[in-house]
Amino acid sequence: MSLQVENLTVYYRTLRGDVQALENATFTIADGEIMGLAGESGCGKTTLGHSLIYLKPPMRFIEGRVTLDNEELPIWDMERMNEFRFKKISIIPQYAMNAMNPTRKIGKMTAEILESRKVSYKATLPELKRRLDLVELSHDVLNMYPIELSGGMKQRMVMVLSTLLNPSLLIADEITSALDVSTQKAVAEMLVGFRDRGFVKSLMVITHDISILYQIADSIMIMYAGQLAEKASTQVIIHNPRHPYTKMLIGSLPKVGVKHSKQRLAGIPGKPPLLLNPPVGCRFRERCPVAFDKCFDVPPFIEIEPGHFVACWKEFESNA
Amino acid sequence: MLKLDGVSKVYRVGTFGGKELHAVSNVSFEVPDGEVVSLIGESGSGKTTIGRMILRLTPITSGTISFNGVDISTLQGEALKDYYRQVQGVFQDPFSSYNPIFKADRIFRIVREEFFPGMKDQEWNGKLEDSLKAVGLNPAHVLNKFPHQLSGGQLQRFLIARALLLDIQFLVADEIISMLDASTRIDVLNLLADLKESRGLSILFITHDLSLGYYISEHAVILYRGCVVEMGSTDRLYNTPLHPYTRMLMAAVPRLDKKWEKVEVELRGKQSQITTGCVYYDRCPEAERSADCLTHRPPLVQVEDDHFVACSRYME
Amino acid sequence: MAQERPKEVRSEFLYFALRNRKLRVGLGILVFFLLFAIIGPFLTEYDPNTYAGPSAQPPSSEFWFGTTTFGQDVYSQFAHGLRSTFIVGLIGGGIGTLVGVVIGLLAGYRGGMVDEILNMLTNIVLIIPTLSVLIIIAAYLAVRGILTESVFIGLTAWPWAARAIRAQTFSLRTREFVDLARMSGRSSLRIVFTEIAPNMMSYLFLVFILQFGGAILNAATLDFIGLGPTRGMSLGLMMNNAVLWAALQLGMWWWLIPPGAAIAAIVGALYVMNVGLDEVFNPKLREM
Repeated sequence: MSLQVENLTVYYRTLRGDVQALENATFTIADGEIMGLAGESGCGKTTLGHSLIYLKPPMRFIEGRVTLDNEELPIWDMERMNEFRFKKISIIPQYAMNAMNPTRKIGKMTAEILESRKVSYKATLPELKRRLDLVELSHDVLNMYPIELSGGMKQRMVMVLSTLLNPSLLIADEITSALDVSTQKAVAEMLVGFRDRGFVKSLMVITHDISILYQIADSIMIMYAGQLAEKASTQVIIHNPRHPYTKMLIGSLPKVGVKHSKQRLAGIPGKPPLLLNPPVGCRFRERCPVAFDKCFDVPPFIEIEPGHFVACWKEFESNA
Repeated sequence: MLKLDGVSKVYRVGTFGGKELHAVSNVSFEVPDGEVVSLIGESGSGKTTIGRMILRLTPITSGTISFNGVDISTLQGEALKDYYRQVQGVFQDPFSSYNPIFKADRIFRIVREEFFPGMKDQEWNGKLEDSLKAVGLNPAHVLNKFPHQLSGGQLQRFLIARALLLDIQFLVADEIISMLDASTRIDVLNLLADLKESRGLSILFITHDLSLGYYISEHAVILYRGCVVEMGSTDRLYNTPLHPYTRMLMAAVPRLDKKWEKVEVELRGKQSQITTGCVYYDRCPEAERSADCLTHRPPLVQVEDDHFVACSRYME
Repeated sequence: MAQERPKEVRSEFLYFALRNRKLRVGLGILVFFLLFAIIGPFLTEYDPNTYAGPSAQPPSSEFWFGTTTFGQDVYSQFAHGLRSTFIVGLIGGGIGTLVGVVIGLLAGYRGGMVDEILNMLTNIVLIIPTLSVLIIIAAYLAVRGILTESVFIGLTAWPWAARAIRAQTFSLRTREFVDLARMSGRSSLRIVFTEIAPNMMSYLFLVFILQFGGAILNAATLDFIGLGPTRGMSLGLMMNNAVLWAALQLGMWWWLIPPGAAIAAIVGALYVMNVGLDEVFNPKLREM
């Protein structure tokens, strides 16, 4: 078990009260697993990803326990997390292009980061160069300033950087959304390559684009309004989802071959609730076509089949 | 009918405007009445520039855009206003389309002030209510609110409703659903398709997403670096793509119905401007290109009924 | 609930404004001096320029701030000087802001040729050494009042404001709501003033504050080197006279310190307010 998250609850402090962005998340990511984390904007997927590595105000840790390789992560303590960040758990941020210091040459910046983690740059250099080859970057980039690189090149540079110390878990936050389709495919496949070569043990790929996850992820976890809705293998989520939200979401995605004039797709009526004062019970209740009395209680996230977790009372009932 | 004929847009860049940047080169296509045509391209393909030129927000460098036979670049004053009565646009970022410090329904008030100055309150309110209902909004729920109080989908519907207040015949929809939540996207897309059916509205649907283009339109135009590389009926384009770029695009786009094949995609960055040869030359697989491709830009030729491609391999 | 929102927004602004210490302190100092400038002159029977009593007296109950070498009442000079300082700030700063805003908006929105020409004009005025021009102009006008001085100051201070506003306009003009207004057939002039300018309100306010402070400083400099108003009284003029008649050497601190301290305090307060307002307007700078 690479990553275990139990009851993780994280709020955002605002003037008008706490935004309940992540509620009781419990899940695991196995060694070697690429887990896609999908949902609409504001569903808490980015909060979840960031809270595992960078839980800083206005984010507020409420409760929960996170263990990585059987070691508890002190995610509520920014200082103590320094030991784990980059070495054990790493992130490729959404705006990776802007994550690099513009006044430092990339090689020098890399050296500084490594040395701050007490790792010798010289000793790492051969490995660094090998990995640059893998992402099709020339070794010259080490002598360049970030501004001399294109957006896609910077993105790949950050990918190499953040995985240089072979972390156990890598979080990729919307890294493909700003890219052209051709680059998107290359970057997504590189992530898989990193896992296959053992640069990272497991991956959490956060994106709103489910079709990307279908291509590269082993499993997909769907979130809705701060709650986990469903987690299962990619095939099951796409072809045989059980949570009504997942079903409607997947059903609303246009696919090549589907035309409006022949097959009209339906969306999900209503809109996601505000998390400042979320509805009690299942937060999808108000938009759910099969909601009933029981949905006023929060459904637990239960394994209904091996590896298939769902949080829906209706499903439990029909399964029982 | 909207017709583009040899439309180009050249920007002068560099210190003294010494360099030329060809954002759009010699683009010709037409959008027949009551049809949806998809304009598909990646970032930097010039698709947004084409939309803006149609809306007279960006001047054309050369070529003509005509609407119902009239060259739109000649329109001034009242004639231009009249054009805007018939042709409107909706853009990608719903939040940026609203002045953040005013209420969202101010966009309707501006339309009223400019186009219907003499209209009585009652008549206007009725008209407004009709168009809001036509886009599936409940006037009581959405009027008198600030942009941030409405969802992205509601804001985009608002913009479509604004266009419906006029006698619009043609709508430029530039990536209008790419910033919306997945669960509400399809509704806006359906709305567009329904308006086409019910009002005979013509739509230029600009997108980077192939599956959206397929869903909504019968015809599509594939754009690469300012040039039309392939166009025709969506069925033909999707089932038998001919241009190497279109084929690469079809292979690389993540789909839900099939997994990526092991096709190598080029990772080279944007290359220097190519002014004479084929725009796709430096990314084109070696096996498919010839020396001629570097010197002559292939014209768009018809290969079969309703299917055009600009590639030297199909020139005979 | 929907109708309550604007109030909420405003109260959020007010909440941050009142909580911001920099803003409170700056505003407090400014209001104090403003009240002084308004009420102060009424509290004394002496004219600032007539000889009111014995010369070179330290502060006393009769002469609150003492008297000058010529027996003028320093308090009266200070109160009147403060008043003219605020007038210079308002008029000079006002003109500087107004010209800067109009030129900046026009250049930024129209772009192209209009922008080139206005930009050239801005650059020319920007590189002209302002003070020297003011000195030359002041030297040619035999009789100068505070008003003329303010106008001159305002007319030379606008370039940087124009530049800043041009840049802001540039970025706002590409926003889609401006395109939407154009597609509604709005005229350019209306778009500039009804769509773009309102979005810069907070920014314009900051510009005014900085122009206000700059005008006061400029006026004090001019007055101090003897090119101030030939009629009336100002804080810079007071300092000029004090230095001219060796107040420092004679130990007449009551003559020299009040005008200098007041100018320092007002300008300081304005700058602190500027920083404070910046924090209030820019949510990213707000201290949570």
